[in-house]
Amino acid sequence: MTGAAIQLDDVDFAYPGGEPLHFSTTFEAGSFTGLIGPSGSGKTTLINLIAGFEEPVSGHISFDGVNAAGTEPANRPVTMVFQDNNLFAHLDVFTNIALGVSASLNLPDDDRTLIATAMEETGLSGLGRRLPRELSGGQRQRVAIARALVRDRPVLLLDEPFAALGPALRRDMLRLVSNIHKQRAMTVILVSHDPADVKFAATHAAFLDEGGVVANRPVDALFSASDIPGLQGYLGT
Amino acid sequence: MQPSRTSRPKSAILAGLVALGCIGLAVATPMLALVAVAPAMPELSADYLDFVWSITKFTLLQAGLSTLLSVLTAIPLARALARQASFPGRQLILRLLALPLALPALVVVLGIVEVWGRQGWVSTVMQGTGLAGPLNIYGLTGILIAHVFFNMALAARLLVASLEQIPPENWRLAAQLSFTSGHVFRHIEWPVIRSVLPGIASLVFMLCIASFAVVLVLGGGPKATTLEVAIYQSLRFDFDPPRAVLLAALQLALCAGLFVLGGRMATDIVVMSGVGKQVRRPDQAASRRTDTLVITAGLTFIALPMLAIVLSGLAAPFGVIVSQSVFWRATATSLVLALTAASLSLVMAWSLLAAQRTILRRRQPSRAASAFMSSMQASGSLILVVPPVVIGAGWFVVLHRTGLAGSAAPVIVAVVNALMALPFALRILRPAVVGQAQVHDRLCASLGLSGLQRWRLIDLPVLARSFALAFAFAAALSIGDLGAAALFGSADFVTLPLLLLQKMGSYRSVEAAGIALLLACFCLSLIWMAEQLKTEAQSQ
Amino acid sequence: MLRLLTVVFAVLMAVALPASAKDKLTIYTYDSFTSDWGPGPKIKASFEATCKCELEWVAVADAVATLNRIKLEGASSKADILLGIDTSLTAEAEATGLFEQHGISTENVNLPVQWTNKTFVPYDYGHFAVIYDSEKVKTPPASLDDLVNGDPEQKIVIQDPRTSSPGLGLLLWIKAIYGDKAGEAWTKLSRRVLTVTPGWSEAYGMFTKGEAPMVLSYTTSPAYHMVSESTDRYRAAGFPEGHYMQIEVAGILKSSQNKKLAREFLAFMTGPGFQDHIPTNNWMWPAGKTSDALPDAFGKLVKPAKSLLLSADEVNANRKAWIDEWLKATTR
Repeated sequence: MTGAAIQLDDVDFAYPGGEPLHFSTTFEAGSFTGLIGPSGSGKTTLINLIAGFEEPVSGHISFDGVNAAGTEPANRPVTMVFQDNNLFAHLDVFTNIALGVSASLNLPDDDRTLIATAMEETGLSGLGRRLPRELSGGQRQRVAIARALVRDRPVLLLDEPFAALGPALRRDMLRLVSNIHKQRAMTVILVSHDPADVKFAATHAAFLDEGGVVANRPVDALFSASDIPGLQGYLGT
Repeated sequence: MQPSRTSRPKSAILAGLVALGCIGLAVATPMLALVAVAPAMPELSADYLDFVWSITKFTLLQAGLSTLLSVLTAIPLARALARQASFPGRQLILRLLALPLALPALVVVLGIVEVWGRQGWVSTVMQGTGLAGPLNIYGLTGILIAHVFFNMALAARLLVASLEQIPPENWRLAAQLSFTSGHVFRHIEWPVIRSVLPGIASLVFMLCIASFAVVLVLGGGPKATTLEVAIYQSLRFDFDPPRAVLLAALQLALCAGLFVLGGRMATDIVVMSGVGKQVRRPDQAASRRTDTLVITAGLTFIALPMLAIVLSGLAAPFGVIVSQSVFWRATATSLVLALTAASLSLVMAWSLLAAQRTILRRRQPSRAASAFMSSMQASGSLILVVPPVVIGAGWFVVLHRTGLAGSAAPVIVAVVNALMALPFALRILRPAVVGQAQVHDRLCASLGLSGLQRWRLIDLPVLARSFALAFAFAAALSIGDLGAAALFGSADFVTLPLLLLQKMGSYRSVEAAGIALLLACFCLSLIWMAEQLKTEAQSQ
Repeated sequence: MLRLLTVVFAVLMAVALPASAKDKLTIYTYDSFTSDWGPGPKIKASFEATCKCELEWVAVADAVATLNRIKLEGASSKADILLGIDTSLTAEAEATGLFEQHGISTENVNLPVQWTNKTFVPYDYGHFAVIYDSEKVKTPPASLDDLVNGDPEQKIVIQDPRTSSPGLGLLLWIKAIYGDKAGEAWTKLSRRVLTVTPGWSEAYGMFTKGEAPMVLSYTTSPAYHMVSESTDRYRAAGFPEGHYMQIEVAGILKSSQNKKLAREFLAFMTGPGFQDHIPTNNWMWPAGKTSDALPDAFGKLVKPAKSLLLSADEVNANRKAWIDEWLKATTR
């Protein structure tokens, strides 16, 4: 499996009573892009549009050149991990992951192996029977990532999933995501409020400000650039 | 500085003790009286004991069936309402669901007879189409219809509130994982419903066990009598205190047993829980048609009796009603009672909460303080275990022995009504008194604000709305109460619900309809004012 | 704000408390007696014209309930007279010790039976009967046994014997006919009972509104429909076993502050000023002379084959046990 290219062409969107947003940018297949920008700049909205939780007012979003308009979230080549509430509180780790394979929980042996592999990959071996409340914050997000893995979609969207974790743990998680990205060659988009995270894990970085994508470049190019309006102000450099 | 800071906590604790003492006295005195009369129980014939056994079974049967039906109908209605967040008029429907609890039971009964009675709308339609004969509303059928009317609405609102607590990410997950509505129910809705259902069911069961007006009017004779009504009848029909004692003890044992068994009841009785969130759900479109059907059916069931109250009320001869001096006396009595009961309720609630706050401030409360604390917390829900009619019956026996029945009746009714409103008042005031004050405590201490000055400048402005809200609810509850007032009613002591019962009993149904509408208006305007205050308070 | 509330409160209190009376005679009675169509308002007018006093009716659902009310209120009752209980309750009422001897002449009293009671004065009498709507009931019950065993789908509204004198009357009627088998008879009859009301007027109201095709009332009830509505649609079913008889009475409370006035009223009650209003307002047989002859309708009424009446003492001794029997039988 390889990641899909994502293209946004003049996508317009606004929440009722909110500022109008306008997005035009491309995420290359197999890239790992960190989205940075001041709060309210539309980072989460951007990935919600890609995931299909919001529909653009005008313009279109395409995956590998195929227009996604009207496609249900479940049918897009996308899987998403949220900041919190990724897990169903009453279901154990195994079942929470298994829902990524089959909503009816009909699991042939192949699927069970798939789930076990994903748990191993995310460092959850032996925790299958635990309930979410018996896990640490980091473990809970690992479960969410494991589910994303078994869903096996070309695009992984991460909406600040590690914001609540401590610095060392955050590094661990970013390393995990980075490994997955390399091994599976997925297209990854990570919303983050910490540019250091993006520098640490991502291949690309996009800066959002004033309701649009101001720049989307390889990490080093973006952070060393001086031609991007608002970026210096945001970074405080 | 120092003296004033220490004197205030002491007086707060004292006030709490006094309130607790008063509540204890109000409840314990009649209990003791009931026990004292118990040995003098000479003539309980075998026939009568058989009758008591039958009605005990019936009490449990009707409560069980009412709970089952209410909950079973509430689940699909709540699911539909929670799912269709953008259903036209959804806010209005959710508000409508809050009305049955706010309406006096007797008024509702009148509306239900109008719709479901032998001469009612449903029977007329059914006979017109030749489908079936007229419905027989008296007995279990009528009791169940009325109880489902009250409790389906209550349960549905509580369920909607819980379903709306589901984090939005869960819905996005569901969308991403291509959940069908069956999956949504299994993985998302049912776990939430299952966790709140026992609380809701035991609350509904308790309310049905203690239901008075519904059974009194719709029971249709001894065949469908509950303990609560039998207590009233043993005093008012037979004037037989020993029998009332037996029945009250049974009822008390039943309620206390259920309270222990049922554990945590959903005392968070609707009025406060904010419902009406706009949640975007992936399963909205697919189930729109069935949901519309379910909502329409639920809405019709709830709205028809209310419509009947309004329509038959508007046709009432108001000229005749207002020309009767007894109407004005009843109105004035009801208002005086409501104001007294509501004030009393607030004073009790405030005293209890202020004392609790003082204790909470201490880092390490003594064992005595902890015990005091928990008894204060328990006192609030006492009325759920000890039904008002039982307390009323006890006081009735006490007062009758001392020959004070006539003059003390209004006081007792006001006290019982105040106790009935106490759980609501505590729930409304607790966050404002305990929570808010904790926030301000350090600041006030550092600025040296204390005593009256602090109360005036800091506490009162914050508390005013909560107080007004609690007052309105307590007053509405008291205005609509029949149980306590019915025991003490006399030519000199008539409340609006009692007058309504009299008019119904003498088959002055047109006048009854008018009084019912007025009574409904009193209660609803109080609730409406309270709701206005609530939204203002929230927007602050 | 607080001041305003206080003022409102005070005004409400003033309205809520009943106005104090000057020379007022307070009479507790059953509800239908005081209704607009009942005899109460006319009797009030005609008595007030002679006594220069005020007469206040206080209505309770039905006759047994009026006695319960008196018992509840005891010596503090504000009633001067209790009007409306019948002979099944006179012994029990006397046993409370709350009533005193009437001490008036009962020479005007005219009843089918001899009147000797010294506490209560009778004012009318009648016989209980099942009234049916002839448009809905084609074959009315031909006997009490027929009523007990009839089609459960054909409903009757009855009254609660614990509050209502017709209700108690039916209890005694069935006791008089069935004796020890009364419980079984009640169990059978209760299948036909649509509802048990606390008072007569509610039951009769439901019947005329069409809620049930039969109601427990009096042989004289059809006279009302014949005179006031010119219809013989509502008829009494004659039972060969006999009909239970009711004599309605009034008595003076010991606690009354107006005993002279109360005695005046009882004496007035036996005369035409009161009796004239009984046949066509209370729809019962008068217990004294009326100014005019009774309307023709009264001649067309069912004549009981036999008058049943248990002695007041027997009723007093057994009422509680019989009501328990009824409670048990009807909840079975």
